[in-house]
Amino acid sequence: MNFLLFVFKRLLRLVLTVLIISTIIFFVIRVIPGDPALVIAGVDASEEEIAAVRAKIGTDVPIGQQYISWLGDIARFDFGESMISGESVNKLIFERFPLTITLAFMGIILGIIIAIPLGVLSAVRRWSFWDYLGMVFSQIGMAVPSFWLAIILLLIFAVRFPLFPLFGVGSLKHLILPALSLGFARAAVILRLTRAAMVEELSKEYVITARAKGLTETMVKYKHALRNALIPVVTITGIQFGYMLGGAIIIEQVFSLPGLGRLFLYGIYQRDFTLVQGGVVFIAVVFSLVNFLVDVLYSVINPRIRIS
Amino acid sequence: MNDSILEIKDLKISFGSGENKAAAVRGINLDVRRGEIHSLVGESGSGKTVTSTCVLGLLPEPPAIIESGSIRYKDLELLSLSAEARRKTRGKEIAMVFQEPSKYLNPALKVGEQITEMLKLHHGMNSSQSEKRAMEILDLVGLGDNNRVLSSYPHELSGGMKQRVMIGIAICCDPSLLIADEPTTALDVTLQLQILKLIMKLRRQLNMGILFISHDLAVVHDISDRVSVIYAGLIVETGSREDIFSSPRHPYTRLLLASIPDAAKRGKKLTAISGRVPDAEHFPSGCAFHPRCPLAEEHCSEQQPAMESLGGSQSAACFCLSKEWTE
Repeated sequence: MNFLLFVFKRLLRLVLTVLIISTIIFFVIRVIPGDPALVIAGVDASEEEIAAVRAKIGTDVPIGQQYISWLGDIARFDFGESMISGESVNKLIFERFPLTITLAFMGIILGIIIAIPLGVLSAVRRWSFWDYLGMVFSQIGMAVPSFWLAIILLLIFAVRFPLFPLFGVGSLKHLILPALSLGFARAAVILRLTRAAMVEELSKEYVITARAKGLTETMVKYKHALRNALIPVVTITGIQFGYMLGGAIIIEQVFSLPGLGRLFLYGIYQRDFTLVQGGVVFIAVVFSLVNFLVDVLYSVINPRIRIS
Repeated sequence: MNDSILEIKDLKISFGSGENKAAAVRGINLDVRRGEIHSLVGESGSGKTVTSTCVLGLLPEPPAIIESGSIRYKDLELLSLSAEARRKTRGKEIAMVFQEPSKYLNPALKVGEQITEMLKLHHGMNSSQSEKRAMEILDLVGLGDNNRVLSSYPHELSGGMKQRVMIGIAICCDPSLLIADEPTTALDVTLQLQILKLIMKLRRQLNMGILFISHDLAVVHDISDRVSVIYAGLIVETGSREDIFSSPRHPYTRLLLASIPDAAKRGKKLTAISGRVPDAEHFPSGCAFHPRCPLAEEHCSEQQPAMESLGGSQSAACFCLSKEWTE
């Protein structure tokens, strides 16, 4: 029962977050200079032609009315049609979404594969080779911008040693370098947190109990301490995953990948209000859903959280 | 006939090195017999926890250095065993109950798992055997034989229940020696008595020897068969409970007893021992208690008194044992 209440509260929070974000994006995009009607009608268009375009795309009615009808639409998960191409925004998003989400997933998985084992090893063998390797790795990871890393990876592994394709899509291989550049910085954050959490847990009293029980060092470290250390790591990893969706926009640009990022970027260039609004709300929903899932997962691995 | 299961002889432990080297334990002799509760009493910093941690084999070396001595458990010389062999004795032969159950239990594992993992490891039981046994253990420590506690996390239990679980974990593999490090200090007074009764009951049922570490003389009086008083890394007096509580001989023991508030002393002034417990880096020369001792003479600061038998099982280390004591 407690758990259901917890789920319900988090879902309520999700709805509220999306509502706030959709409001902000609706007004912000209208404050930016540039009128989509002008983009569509062209520079030579007459006043009447522009007014006709406005009527067609719905920007002729007062802004309050536009806002209300837009809220009604998104409540039904209908983001309308692109102002520029006239295609359904839902369709455009779902065409591009699989690529972006795959990229983000691969990025976070690559990050986790590097970060968690190295972080644990750093904590367990402090001041060893592995710890220094981890420190160097996380310093570089946090200092280097992902687009720069992407370009360097391209130069080395696609140009100098053509192990990977230079751009485009088609196979998993196309996504390895983008995912690496995306996951690297995230891995740095996760690694530092894993190390810190593990060091802290290893100094706790229950570890002494575990040793006093005659458990092997492997059990003490990887069953007792790691289980507790992973609690904060899971949360941070979930938040990092949210960042991945944003980071993917730049990386898709570098690798010419037709994902959500490129879709929204063109949407902004062309003042395609409906597309940008829909895209931002969509990302917000995905981000909130990921956080929601992380919260649920967190409460599964940390039994104490459900009480509060 | 020697029926002691634990025998510590001339144990010396120091910390650090070079100039900062501090002798925390300076030649302790102590034994625990099967089925008896032997209390080790002292203030914090006297070396009692270092000693018990060393018996368990969990003293971090470095910074700790075991300089000399022997710790014999049954027929095993613990100090010459390999780390792996010592690990196998922990939990199975020698178990420990700690002070604060809420910190010493793993918050992320269910109570059942924290018990059954030991049974699986030490006794090679499978899941159903170990669960059945865990249930019996919970019953034994007074938590009833229900599934609810087994599937609870520590935070879902009260403080008293947690300490019962902690004791259950300690006794689940039938150890012959239990080290209890101030197991009631963190509990409410009403719970203290329940836990002490439980420890005494288990001692009888399982015929365990118990090394009971405490600074609380009232608790020690209730529970012990024998008592050793430790000061500045040395045992200063040892004897049966009656010896220590009815006819204490060492000035430190006398002063400790005089500082317990009780009904008989109502209206009288409560004595406190003047001065502070010295830390291991600055133990005074000679008898370490001499700066605080009302009987101290000149040579007390020069020479360290040896343990002197006072008849029966009582002995004490003091040059002034024959002097008259006035409170």
